[in-house]
Amino acid sequence: MTQAPSAPRLPLERPNPFDPPVRLAELRENEPISRLAFPDGHVGWLVTGYQEARDVLRDPRFSSRQELRHFPLDHALANEPMEPARPGMFIRMDAPEHGRLRRLLTGQFTVKRMKALEPRIQGFVDRALDELEADGPGADLVARFALPVPSLVICELLGVPYEDRARFQQNSRTIMSLDSSREDIMGAFESMGQFLHDLVMSKIAEPTDDILGGLAATGELTAEEMTNIAFLLLVAGHETTANMLGLGTFALLRHPGELARFRAEPEIAEAAVEELLRYLSIIHVGMTRTALEDLDLHGTLVKAGECVILSVSAGNRDPERFENPDELDLARPHGTGHLSFGHGVHQCLGQQLARVEMRIGLTTLVERFPNLRLAVAPEDVPTKTNAIIYGVHSLKVAW
Amino acid sequence: MNVEADRERCCGSGMCALTAPDVFDQDAETGYVLVLLPEPPREWHDDVRSAAGVCPSGAITVRE
Repeated sequence: MTQAPSAPRLPLERPNPFDPPVRLAELRENEPISRLAFPDGHVGWLVTGYQEARDVLRDPRFSSRQELRHFPLDHALANEPMEPARPGMFIRMDAPEHGRLRRLLTGQFTVKRMKALEPRIQGFVDRALDELEADGPGADLVARFALPVPSLVICELLGVPYEDRARFQQNSRTIMSLDSSREDIMGAFESMGQFLHDLVMSKIAEPTDDILGGLAATGELTAEEMTNIAFLLLVAGHETTANMLGLGTFALLRHPGELARFRAEPEIAEAAVEELLRYLSIIHVGMTRTALEDLDLHGTLVKAGECVILSVSAGNRDPERFENPDELDLARPHGTGHLSFGHGVHQCLGQQLARVEMRIGLTTLVERFPNLRLAVAPEDVPTKTNAIIYGVHSLKVAW
Repeated sequence: MNVEADRERCCGSGMCALTAPDVFDQDAETGYVLVLLPEPPREWHDDVRSAAGVCPSGAITVRE
């Protein structure tokens, strides 16, 4: 397929740390399903409307299969043909294979199980904040709090030794960065694969009381499937929440009225978490689906094989769905319909865990540090514009 | 109001149990939907409608 000269590339540059690229709002208003050029020459679609995105995500005629995808941005691997998902990587599969694998995990992430984890999570949060405090004013909230808390939680849930965090945190950063070289990405995959394969083999030999031990005990999965599932849960389990905690704190500090309200009204904590998820939309490269057949999407013909990028940040700021969408309103009613965890059968498996981590993490943080503030100028907070998941690299704070 | 849930369609996101916990729960083993009150009292009708609206897999049917 040749590139149509008129098709634009995916906009990524945010006008400020919290708002989506301006171009996305223009597209949503005028052309919520618009043509999009991919670096490999493919011409697909960019969906910026909330309802349109939701309709794609819940329609099984839009596939998640990895080998049908194109990558919308310049990246070391963007021009390589996509291969079928590795065994176990169910987020890049369709039914029935996706369901067979996901089904083995859904019982581990229920609302009630996550509720039961609250005291453990509170303990991790308290200890992380002790360390932040011990560093003194100027401490990096990302290094001391936003990254360790979800890392500790997912390690404990999965049964991954937290002592090995340097290895998986670094590898996961490399994989998520859009600036990594091909060699670095391949090396990171290899290193993670080896580490998790060894771990899985030890769980198979001697199942432990954790998610990986439980998967081993089912006898339904190959070692390779388990290794890739471990990879998926480990990366998804700390990159996303870590970025929400870091960027979420930054957003609260830049909206003092909302921060004061968050402190004064603990009963809005759950709504506040939903609103931060909606407002910040850290999945800023977009979710991807590929049409399996020619189909009509809100009056637009999408042809078989065409790749559709769903802009989570544009959909989450759609005025048709959310009143005053560009405002951060921590008590916004009915906030759970946002697209930040996706929609359809692939919707985030760990979302109930993320909610609990964010609620306990952020409420404890603001309670414990009543004078929390930035220790650097807001424009000096380094943001992850060149990563698949948006956030802040560091957040120096004082109190 | 009458509530039904299709466990074949369910993907275990937990959105119903989060939104209307008096009406929906999740199977402790599989995480799939359980309807606790197929005919919920009026006070929970709004929550049930919200739960059906946010269900990612369209597994909940509400008849009124």
